[in-house]
Amino acid sequence: MKEMNLSCPVPPRADDFIVLAHGGGGKLTNQLIERVFLPAFACTPLEARHDGAVLNCNGLRLAFTTDSYVVRPLVFPGGTIGDLAVNGTVNDLAMCGARPLYLSAGFILEEGLSMEALRAIVESMRTAANRAGVQLVTGDTKVVDKGKGDGVFINTAGIGAVETSLEIGPAAVRAGDAIIVSGDLGAHGVAILSVREGLEFEAPIESDTAPLWAPVEALLHAGIEFHCLRDLTRGGLASAVNEIAAAARLGIEISETAVPVGEAVRGACEILGLDPLYVANEGRFVAFVHERDADRTLELMRGFPVCKDAARIGRAVESHSGTVTLESRIGGHRVLDMLSGEQLPRIC
Amino acid sequence: MKFLDEYRESSAAAQVARFIRRIVRRPWTLMEVCGGQTHTIVKSGLMDLLPPEITLVHGPGCPVCVTPVELIDKAIAIAARPETIFCSFGDMLRVPGSSKSLLEVKASGADVRIVYSPLDALKLARANPAREVVFFAVGFETTAPANAMAVWQAEREGIRNFSVLVAHVLVPPAMEAILGSPHCRIHGFLAAGHVCTVMGWEEYTPISRRWHVPIVVTGFEPLDLLEGVQMAVTQLEEGRAEVENQYRRAVRREGNRPAQERIAEVFEVAPRKWRGIGEIPSSGLRLRERYRAFDAEGKFHVDAGAVEEPSECIAGLVLQGLKKPFECPAFGTRCTPETPLGAPMVSSEGACAAYYLYGGRRHEGNESELPSAAPGR
Repeated sequence: MKEMNLSCPVPPRADDFIVLAHGGGGKLTNQLIERVFLPAFACTPLEARHDGAVLNCNGLRLAFTTDSYVVRPLVFPGGTIGDLAVNGTVNDLAMCGARPLYLSAGFILEEGLSMEALRAIVESMRTAANRAGVQLVTGDTKVVDKGKGDGVFINTAGIGAVETSLEIGPAAVRAGDAIIVSGDLGAHGVAILSVREGLEFEAPIESDTAPLWAPVEALLHAGIEFHCLRDLTRGGLASAVNEIAAAARLGIEISETAVPVGEAVRGACEILGLDPLYVANEGRFVAFVHERDADRTLELMRGFPVCKDAARIGRAVESHSGTVTLESRIGGHRVLDMLSGEQLPRIC
Repeated sequence: MKFLDEYRESSAAAQVARFIRRIVRRPWTLMEVCGGQTHTIVKSGLMDLLPPEITLVHGPGCPVCVTPVELIDKAIAIAARPETIFCSFGDMLRVPGSSKSLLEVKASGADVRIVYSPLDALKLARANPAREVVFFAVGFETTAPANAMAVWQAEREGIRNFSVLVAHVLVPPAMEAILGSPHCRIHGFLAAGHVCTVMGWEEYTPISRRWHVPIVVTGFEPLDLLEGVQMAVTQLEEGRAEVENQYRRAVRREGNRPAQERIAEVFEVAPRKWRGIGEIPSSGLRLRERYRAFDAEGKFHVDAGAVEEPSECIAGLVLQGLKKPFECPAFGTRCTPETPLGAPMVSSEGACAAYYLYGGRRHEGNESELPSAAPGR
């Protein structure tokens, strides 16, 4: 065939700047990790690409993780930045099969922030830490000039004790594994967006922020054969299962009708032109378990209020390695890709 | 959810698909005009349900895709000015101009904001009297009434720091341009339902008669589209060419008269350049003389100059339904949603992005591994 000399209307974009989507949890985030961070810091625990690192210390298996919280507004329906800062890090530890034990907290405060607002955030962190059974044992405070921050940024790091001998992570996923999602999707992202955009819905949508160690602990102690756990934060379910499919070198099949999404969230997503499969959650996880344990996992999960809507949504397969496919409501099939850039509202 | 679930129901979809398979005798090529319809078709895997005789090609009804490069460049030039707050619908932000996109200007410090309505931009103008608020008025007849309303209100209230960068286009002239192309292979159209909620469907009757093509006003849910296909194929098999309305729950013959009046009050018909297609006479809207003070192009005297799109670009062929996105050698390799080379790869309504996101990356040669056979096909 004759070589075609294709010239498209626009020159390729230089990747010279950080754009917001680099923090969106989708493809650009992954590119950033692969092109900038991994080459600089390459080591075995980092290369596992899990929610936290599992480390061997004198025979003890510890999980270690960190996360930063820059949410705006600081207080939203169902929670505050303080709830997220505790629960998010606690959940990253839980996804390693680890009992969350200790947290650190770093506060970057903007000049002019009201003391009352800070106290309210700290109080919500105290309550969240008590609920999750963790202690906040060390911290740091910095103040930046007015205009250089967004009220409060919080970083937390956490340490937990791994309470399973299972190797939990994408590498342990096998073809035939059942995929279970712990509850209805999208509430956190929509709650934030509704406040940000000043949208009001008949039934207010509250963030799903919650600690997830209790259900994970119950499942581990019941002897469920977990292969992978991942909490569904930025980028939503679609990005999480794509990361796992790529790392596990397996295909994943999801049934759209099986994925639980609340009516209010569905309605909001329809209006805003968003796909709930890509919307952020803060108290939901996806579990890859051995097929024979699928029913028992669901039954145990549903005993916890935070997992009452748990559902089996699909399975891992040998074919189409690295690709996630979705059977649509009308019975068609398509690829479910990772979030590409930010989810931007459509024009019409 | 009422008005949605019943149009996404698998047994009803299978029933319509069976009906289509029963009546179809010959191969037919139908164009769905609107990008929102393309989005649904690809997202729901609707092609799996249709018999091989039916080919769906994706029309130019994606405002993001057809807004010319020089207008994006003008938007960027205006947005970069320190006094402006530049407001836009979300998916215009990623469209590449000749050197960068609005998202990139935003990253380098410009005040670019996503709004859901031009009236929100007007609110910003009221709240920031010392700043210039500019709204990027893109879209078809669907977004024109709200954009007209914003300008009309600004004029009534004497809000001087508000203006619009107009990139409005009209559907019927584009359909005529496609039908007039010597390469046209379209046998029937699924007309854009939401455009017709505003404009009604009377203006399609002369097109249907002149070119002897069935035009079915069609909605946006999977079952709407299947019904639209069914109605168009029925006409074709019976040798009829009429305008029919599948989207009866939203579209009336005469459309939305008050909305049409507001558009006519503020805008007048003008020639417009379409990205990838070229200039089409009487295919766009511009502000009437009385409202020119709200025209951002005049207000900021930006001149981006004409940017010639190289003739090798296949975006134009895709937008006219002459090529499928994966027939482009750059599709999915040099051109992805993260680094779009052309606008149809930007918006989820763009045919290239819809194929990339939902259709499988056929260029990687793993087509055989991807599910394509649907139950009952």
